[in-house]
Amino acid sequence: MMSDALAAPKRSWQRRDRKAQLSVWFGWLIGTAIFVYCFQKISETTIWAFVWDAPAQAADLGARMVPPAWSYIHQLWRPIWDTLNIATMGTLISIVLAVPIAYCAARNTTPSVTFLRPIALFIIVASRSINSLIWALMLVTIVGPGVFAGIIAIGLRSIGFVAKLLYEAIEEIDESQVEAVRSTGASAAQTTTYGIVPQVMPAFAGISVFRWDINIRESTVLGLVGAGGIGLELNAAITQLYWTQVSLMLLVIIATVILSEWVSAKVRHAII
Amino acid sequence: MLRIRGLTKRYRTGDLALKGIDLDVPDGQVMALIGPSGAGKSTVIRCINRLVEPTAGTIELNGTEIVALNSGNLRRMRRRMGMIFQEYALVERLSVMENVLSGRLGYVGFWQSFMRKFPQSDIDEAFRLLQRVGLDHMADKRADELSGGQRQRVGICRALIQNPELLLVDEPTASLDPKTSRQIMRLIRELCAERKLSAIINIHDVMLAQMFAERIVGLKLGEIVYDGPPDKLTPAVLTQIYGEEDWASTIRKADDDDAEEAVAVPEIAPAAPSIERDRLAGLT
Repeated sequence: MMSDALAAPKRSWQRRDRKAQLSVWFGWLIGTAIFVYCFQKISETTIWAFVWDAPAQAADLGARMVPPAWSYIHQLWRPIWDTLNIATMGTLISIVLAVPIAYCAARNTTPSVTFLRPIALFIIVASRSINSLIWALMLVTIVGPGVFAGIIAIGLRSIGFVAKLLYEAIEEIDESQVEAVRSTGASAAQTTTYGIVPQVMPAFAGISVFRWDINIRESTVLGLVGAGGIGLELNAAITQLYWTQVSLMLLVIIATVILSEWVSAKVRHAII
Repeated sequence: MLRIRGLTKRYRTGDLALKGIDLDVPDGQVMALIGPSGAGKSTVIRCINRLVEPTAGTIELNGTEIVALNSGNLRRMRRRMGMIFQEYALVERLSVMENVLSGRLGYVGFWQSFMRKFPQSDIDEAFRLLQRVGLDHMADKRADELSGGQRQRVGICRALIQNPELLLVDEPTASLDPKTSRQIMRLIRELCAERKLSAIINIHDVMLAQMFAERIVGLKLGEIVYDGPPDKLTPAVLTQIYGEEDWASTIRKADDDDAEEAVAVPEIAPAAPSIERDRLAGLT
């Protein structure tokens, strides 16, 4: 027995056989060729003099930005408050609309797999595929410039995000808990509130706060197209070349985002 | 009295899980359903409360035919059958009390249950049951903070608060250690005796089945191959149910019985002293 094992021939092992190995090498070759070709194309249409000049330009712009125009901050409280409102109201609207859509999109809760589910999935894709800046651009022409257009833009953009993550959470629940509630004679609505809602509640809260956090960042740029908030001021300052005001606004935006990240991290931690 | 006639289940995959089962369970009888994995034990239980829809056959509980019920009547029927699950199937993020009270969902309206405004009588009964299983001090704990044995006891309370006529028990001990398994089986057995409840218990552990059931039904490939008292479960019968194996050590001998009980009783007493007291008080 022992001697048999010792006498057995050495068996070689490789991660890939020869054919697989060759195809991997070939893949790398093609990839490198494409990269080199594209680099050359881009290089032809680039004015390199400008690029070499870039560090000097950046240093120049940086020099114009300091010191930030601190006194200007009194005019920023209002726009930053608008920005926070756009993000918060937009997130709330999206949550209200996303919950029923997620319910219809989740395979295990949808009332109709053939009819409602595709519609819900389409709404999710449509909302996700259009950037909030584009939503805002369209809404400014529809409802006019201002905070309201920003809120709706953020809301429409967020529906897809919230609904998608929420319906995935619904699909991942433990069915046996639902089955147990159902077997007591509970109605469909009771089965949902007792069997499903408690299971998706942490995910739901996490998703909402996460989206709010993203929306604060997104709503800072909505003003660029006239949809209210600090972006409006930023746009004005840049076009008028008030670089010290621009630097102050960038600092304010950074501070706001840090604050929102801190809040959302706290909330998520508290829930889970 | 549960009467099953010609119960057949064919899954959508084409597998014939049950091949026309006939089974009567008289009131107050604790019956164990044994058999290898895939024999159809779970399917039998789930067909009775129609978590799984039977393909053919009739099921009658105390005169009501179950298979043909529409959804409203099925809900009312499910109130009359308590189910206990293998992995407890408690709603993990709800409190112990909410889990127990969820057994009353069939009796209260949606908003009442949504606002957690259950009738005082239900709350009294929930506390009484929790006390009976020794968990009344845990009422406000979240279900996922409990140990396996404690969770299963909450599961038992959830089934009993329905005030059922029949208990459907699906592998109650599969996730529990041997000692807790015995305690849980003993508890189910005692509660059934107290309330004159009949029970169908799916169980893998033949020895536990013999210890705690008064009747054993052996299922193999969707057919009943044994139906009789625990002490008639010979190696030949087990071979018929499960296939060839050395069964000598599995089968419980008559004198092991007493030794087992003698060891088990003092074991449980210090762990949950309130159980003894409640039993004397004649609760539930």
